[in-house]
Parts: sequence; structure tokens; C-alpha cells
Amino acid sequence: MNRVVITGAGTINALGHTVPATLDAMKEGHCGISDLEFRDVDRLAIKIGGQVKGFEAEGRFNRQQMTLYDRFTQFTLVAAEEAMAQAGLEFVGELAAKAGVVLGTAGGGVSTWDDNYRAVYEEGKNRVHPFVVPKLMNNAAASHLSMKYNLKGPTFTVSTACASSNHAMSQAFQIVRSGMSKAMVTGGSESMLCFGGVKAWEGLRVMSKDACRPFSANRNGMVQGEGAAIFVFEEYEHAKARGADILCEVVGFAMTSDASDIVMPSKQGAARAMSGALQDAGINAGQVGYINAHGTGTAANDKTECAAVADVFGPHADKLMISSTKAMHGHLIGATGAVELLACIMALREGVVAPTIGYQEFDPECALDVVPNDAREAKIDFALSNAFAFGGLNAVLALKKV
Amino acid sequence: MSIKDKVIGIIAEQAVLEPSDVTMDSTLEDLGIDSLGLVESIFAIEEAFDITVPFNANEPEQSDFDISSVSAIIAGIEKLVTEQDA
Repeated sequence: MNRVVITGAGTINALGHTVPATLDAMKEGHCGISDLEFRDVDRLAIKIGGQVKGFEAEGRFNRQQMTLYDRFTQFTLVAAEEAMAQAGLEFVGELAAKAGVVLGTAGGGVSTWDDNYRAVYEEGKNRVHPFVVPKLMNNAAASHLSMKYNLKGPTFTVSTACASSNHAMSQAFQIVRSGMSKAMVTGGSESMLCFGGVKAWEGLRVMSKDACRPFSANRNGMVQGEGAAIFVFEEYEHAKARGADILCEVVGFAMTSDASDIVMPSKQGAARAMSGALQDAGINAGQVGYINAHGTGTAANDKTECAAVADVFGPHADKLMISSTKAMHGHLIGATGAVELLACIMALREGVVAPTIGYQEFDPECALDVVPNDAREAKIDFALSNAFAFGGLNAVLALKKV
Repeated sequence: MSIKDKVIGIIAEQAVLEPSDVTMDSTLEDLGIDSLGLVESIFAIEEAFDITVPFNANEPEQSDFDISSVSAIIAGIEKLVTEQDA
């Protein structure tokens, strides 16, 4: 089996339009959640989100591209540009023939669905733009990345709700580790912050109207975010031979299904995913210094996740740090694991653990070191990144400092 | 149909019970209604009475809406309907 490292990272999210901007915001404990700005927001009960602001697609993309790129594809391409520039890999010949793209998204082109349903239902139009289907399809972003960077190997999109990115990156990891390809482009993108997207979530009654406060006793729900993060996963020897800057190593993963409830999380399913990732990485629980939690800020997730961590890590659970960066960038649903991987990279590479901001009251059911409110310096050798989706589908990645 | 009978009908349907099996002092848990069933019941009540029920699944006990028993739910709905008519 080959070792797999990350040699490029890019992002756009509510905290920043680049990786450095995002990491700076995480270090400062900045909150990217603000008042939502889009049509009919006044008809929503939930009016806040981790919305990407100050991003103008017009000007970045030409007219033809704009007819084909939903906002989730735009985010993907912007993040990929940064990741590819950092990796500095040129995809030609055999490398290009084998390298592909595995992306996560839960909703794909949600705003394209929304806009066009409005056109036909609300405005009574009988005609939509010819590219509605290629624009909204969940694999559109992966395909555009493949076309732009000449990636001709296995390319597909994974959709497992809030675990989409982690499932996607697990697949990319597998492809490189097994030797199928020397490199893969992976990550996730989501853009559900439009009237229909938020209205659907509102119905479930799990959203907070004021803030995302993971692990805090007074937490009252999740806050949605949007954006993308894209990574270049590369075989270690290949990266080393060309003198690439290695951000961290991906050392293991595990995926489990709760097989129990469509929305309520399960401690066992989460615990099996974390212990499976440790086992796959060949490390023991005591080596893990940081866990980027799923930490949605809902009553159910946070206590279940903490109980699962306590089960898997035993006494070491009280020594490791676990934080949820969702309080800063919101829950990016299918892209969330990708953006949160950045916090793991920061912990491993820079020795800075991102905080759980918005933390106000101790909850005995979440009695772990959740790095409340302020970032912390620490030497972290191994980190886990958790994602636990609706549908009971869990995916955990294990990462190592290089 | 009274508010009480309408609400009992909605809860009974959610619990897959006869309305006569839904007593005023039953809790939703007694009736076998879980958190998803609760959210669905509240949606059905909102639709039936054209009201907005202030309920957040993350903090059911802190919501302004008491769901501790069938009678508490009915009282809450009656209040919301009255407020709306006012």
C-alpha cells in the first residue's frame, strides 16, 4: 500500500476566500455567520447562515461558463484553482490518464432547482434554459474540474448528506493508496443557501435562529453554511520526488452505517467509525491529539458524539482536544468535512487547534476539552476528522503530521 | 369540530391509534410518538389551524410551547388560535 499525502488545498467559505484567510479566521475565532442575503429571506424563520459574501461570479467566469456553473460548481472551481496552484502538478500523459476527481455534495445545484421552479411554478413560464440539467446535476462540479485540469481517471460524486466530503475523500484516499492513481483531486462543495434550500431545513425544526454553539449547554441547533474545499491527494514518493510541499499525510479512514434511524445519530455508529479509522491507520487512541468534531450544535449530535468519543478513547478522551469549527463557518452539509479538514491540517502543520466559538455554558453530557472560544497552540501528531450524516452514514478520516 | 377533537385526531393519526385511545393526560411518549413524529404532528397542527407553533427540536423544554401532555398541547394550540384571531 502506498502512503498518501496532501499537496494542495483550496477553499472558499464564509470565513475566507482562500486557505490562508480561512485559517487566519479560525485562529482568531472569527464568526462567519451573518444575516442571509437572498430573495424572499423575509419569508424564512431562519435568517442567518455562513454565507459566502463578497464573491462575484461575474467577471471570474465568462458568459458561457455562467450558463453552466451553478454556485456550487463556481465554489468548486475557485477552491480548485488555489489547490492546484499550490500542488503545482501538471496533469499530462499517464498521470492525467489515471488521476480523477471525487467530490462530495449533498444537494448539487440547489439554487438552479430553486430558480427554475420559481420560473415555471411561480412565474408561470413554460420554458427553461437548455442547460438546467447539466447545471444542477450533482456531478457537474466534478466534471468541470476534470475538464479544466485534464483529469481523465475515475471521476464521480458522492452524496451522503453531511458526510459527503468525508466519504469522497475516503474514496480518493483509497484510489491513491491502492496504487490506482498517483494523484486525485477531492473535497466537496455545497450551496444550499437560497430560499428553497433553507425553507426545507427549517421544516425539520433543528436550526438555530441566533447562533451555532456546539457542545454548549444552551445550544439550540445548527446553522447552515456554504462553500467548498478542494485538495490534491498524492502518493508520498511521487510528491517527495518532485519536492512538493506536503501539508499532511492521510493515514486511514472508516465508514459505517448506523442502520437505525434516518435522522437521530447513534453512538455506536459514530464510535465504530472512529475506532475503524484508528485501526485502518494502525495507530492507537492515545496518539490522537485532536478531533475535528462533527459538532453540529444540535442537542442530539453533540452529546452522542461526545459519548462516542468517550467510548473509543477511554481515559485519553479527557486529554485530547475536540473542537467544532461549524460555529465559525456554519454547517456546509456535503462540503463540511472538506472545509473542516483544513482545521486538521492547521493543527498538524502549524500546531494551532481551532476553537469551538460561541461556547457559553458547560454541558455535563459534553464534558470534553472542546477548546472553548480561543484557539490553542499544541503539538498534534495525529488528528481525526468526523462526519456523521443524516441517514446514519458516518465517515472518519485519520491524518498525520509530516 | 372543536380544536380539542381536531388535535386529538392529528395525534391519533400520527400514533396510529383510535382517537378514543388518546387521553388528555397521555404524553407523546406514552402514545409511541418519537421526535420525528412530534415534528410531523406539529407540522400537521400548523397546517390544520394555519398557525405557527414556536417549537425547536433542540430545546423542546425551553420552547414557548408545552408538549408535556395531550392536554398541554391542546391548551397551547387554543392559545395560539385565539391570539391569531385577536
